[in-house]
Amino acid sequence: MTAEVESHTVAPAPGDTWTGKLRDRVVRELPPDKLLPDRQPSYVGSWIYVFGVLTIAALLVVVATGVVLTLEGPEWYHISDVGHFFNSLHFWSVQLFFIFMVVHLWGKFWMAAWRGRRAMTWITGVVSFIVSLATAFTGYLMQTNADSQWITFEAKDGLNAVGIGAWFNVTSLGQTMLLHVCTLPLVVGLIVVLHVLLVRKRGVVPPIDAFKNEPAAASDTAEVAS
Amino acid sequence: MPPLISAALDNPATYFSWGWLQISVGNLIVILVMFVLFILALVLPFPGGHDDGGDGS
Ligand code: HEM
Repeated sequence: MTAEVESHTVAPAPGDTWTGKLRDRVVRELPPDKLLPDRQPSYVGSWIYVFGVLTIAALLVVVATGVVLTLEGPEWYHISDVGHFFNSLHFWSVQLFFIFMVVHLWGKFWMAAWRGRRAMTWITGVVSFIVSLATAFTGYLMQTNADSQWITFEAKDGLNAVGIGAWFNVTSLGQTMLLHVCTLPLVVGLIVVLHVLLVRKRGVVPPIDAFKNEPAAASDTAEVAS
Repeated sequence: MPPLISAALDNPATYFSWGWLQISVGNLIVILVMFVLFILALVLPFPGGHDDGGDGS
């Protein structure tokens, strides 16, 4: 009798619960020193490697100023001086976000950064670019000025032509606004987190000629520190 | 918005046209800025860096 009770109070082995399994998996895939490294290989010492994190910095300013705009509303940001200022901060940080992202993507393209099982890093980059375009597009639609009216009515015809006008109705300001301030930024944020975790998991890709003097097979698949 | 800026944003853009190529001044400036940034990022020396006495540099 007592033995039976005891067997029920014994904690399950760590590998038996979903929390334990998940923890084991996360630690195995991304051990803390890979997740937050304090050293990088010497070839990372180039300005071109800074553009990913510049893009993140610009994105943070976009989100922070966007939050202020939603808290105060259009009567504030379309009329008051401080409102105009925050509207401008939001607009110009978006311009910087895209400029940095494109320089980042050129850099990764010319160094073929998808080598060595990094295809998913490239693909999450592509998706983040496309979703960012959609986010910027809905932003331009909700300016409620002559510009946004023009863009809306051009886009309406385009979207109807490809047959999705019924689901994505750009003439519905409500839908446009909700997409712009909620759904699309959430998706961008999520994909960026995934993108950066993948970079951490695989390590920064070695330059194409880093393994020139070694057997050919090493150059394409070599991973730093793993 | 201040009158100057709102005038600029609510008017048709100025376009350059060279034969088949037509591009607004704004778009051209953005593309040139990205191009210059890209070149600078490749050629400007990167400050700092540690020397482990180990591999390479
Ligand atoms: C929201 C936009 C983006 C953000 C915030 C972002 C951020 C980053 C960061 C911080 C890194 C690591 C360091 C570095 O910059 O080299 C990185 C790496 C990378 N990015 Fe992006 N990125 C974005 C968009 C893109 C796009 C559009 C592409 C290409 C289509 C791309 C492809 C890559 C690749 C392949 C790597 C891995 C490089 C390596 O393993 O060495 N990213 N990204």
